[in-house]
Amino acid sequence: MNHNQRDWEVHPPYLYPDYKSTVFRAPSKPLIPMKHTLSESTGPVYGQESVGKYDNDLTKNGIRNGEPLGERIVVSGRILDIDGRPIKNTLVEIWQANAAGRYIHKVDQHNAPLDPNFFGGGRCVTDENGRYTFMTIKPGAYPWGNHPNAWRPNHIHFSLFGSNITNRLVTQMYFPGDPLLQYDPIYQGVPEKARHLLVSQFDLSLTQPDFALGYNFDIVLRGHNATPFENQ
Amino acid sequence: MTQTPSQTVGPYFAYGLSPQQYLYNHTSIASGNLRTSNTQGEPITIKGRVLDGQGNAIPDAMIEIWQADAKGQYNPTDSDFKGFGRFGTGTDPEAQFIFQTIKPASVDGQAPHITVVVFMRGLLTHAYTRLYFSDETAENQKDIVLSTVPEERKNTLIAQRQETPEGIVYQWDIVMQGEQETVFFDV
Ligand SMILES: [Fe+3]
Repeated sequence: MNHNQRDWEVHPPYLYPDYKSTVFRAPSKPLIPMKHTLSESTGPVYGQESVGKYDNDLTKNGIRNGEPLGERIVVSGRILDIDGRPIKNTLVEIWQANAAGRYIHKVDQHNAPLDPNFFGGGRCVTDENGRYTFMTIKPGAYPWGNHPNAWRPNHIHFSLFGSNITNRLVTQMYFPGDPLLQYDPIYQGVPEKARHLLVSQFDLSLTQPDFALGYNFDIVLRGHNATPFENQ
Repeated sequence: MTQTPSQTVGPYFAYGLSPQQYLYNHTSIASGNLRTSNTQGEPITIKGRVLDGQGNAIPDAMIEIWQADAKGQYNPTDSDFKGFGRFGTGTDPEAQFIFQTIKPASVDGQAPHITVVVFMRGLLTHAYTRLYFSDETAENQKDIVLSTVPEERKNTLIAQRQETPEGIVYQWDIVMQGEQETVFFDV
């Protein structure tokens, strides 16, 4: 496999019938292979100027009249390319449910309380070592309509740009030891050998004593130095 | 190292990824409007729906576009044209995506085109496609990427130019499945 290509041995397939929404949305014809041109080896660049003061602190960026409820956590990790090189100055966007498992999104009808002091969206830019760090609240599990008694495991949604548009990745970070993972078709849609890559690790060195627990979640994107003719 | 697997964007991306469009109290890094009154090039609007295998318009998709400017440059340093747009299909009554942009020039000898990235609930891995322009017949005919697409499917990548009272509109639906399924690329 050329390392600028998507590794289909780790990404979930489009059609995964246990996840019902894939049935009428999955492309049914084979993808057409494309050699990268300048259009694929470039991409938008969002740096520090796209990040506001509290954007990386979800315990603060939604405050109206008090502290958000729930367990404070630090979520940090490195964004790397396939060769293990850090991807510096790249934008990381996240969104998540509150501690009760409720999204602020208008169509989330889950009968769990909204937290007036928690928004749930954030962003930051990686440093020289490719590291990002968020302070947030541990998201709750929530029910969904996929099948009877379906619950999503605790998770944080991540969106990344990397160094060009083919590096684009949207994924979800899970928590170690979550008993719901084995029942979740979104997580199970990932080929078995790669599933563990979506589970963060508890990391004592990231904890803030008397304040917050820490989880590490590294993310590996595709090739760094794609050039227009490298694949030809 | 192994690539981190993709997961669906889910139904609730709006307040995280395009909060301003959905009227949440948070800034957005990108929107459906890529141009200002100073941006060089022909102003155009791109409009379309994302259709599922039953022909229903999908109201919780997110479309991103990436394009060159009117000089054929990506990430130009001398202009405020970023070339990147993001729009969710949940705010338009017909579930359309709508981009206000400029028509890109040719890059690398390719026909003018826009890279399109498709995300939605139910799509575990995002999909890549390209938008070409109906008024570029000659360029389209010799494009190196279009030439890899079976003849009968090329039309799925070509946005139709319309002159309307609001200006030039390119109409282009993205069809996820079936006879008229849009060509998606393994990029
Ligand atoms: Fe979620």
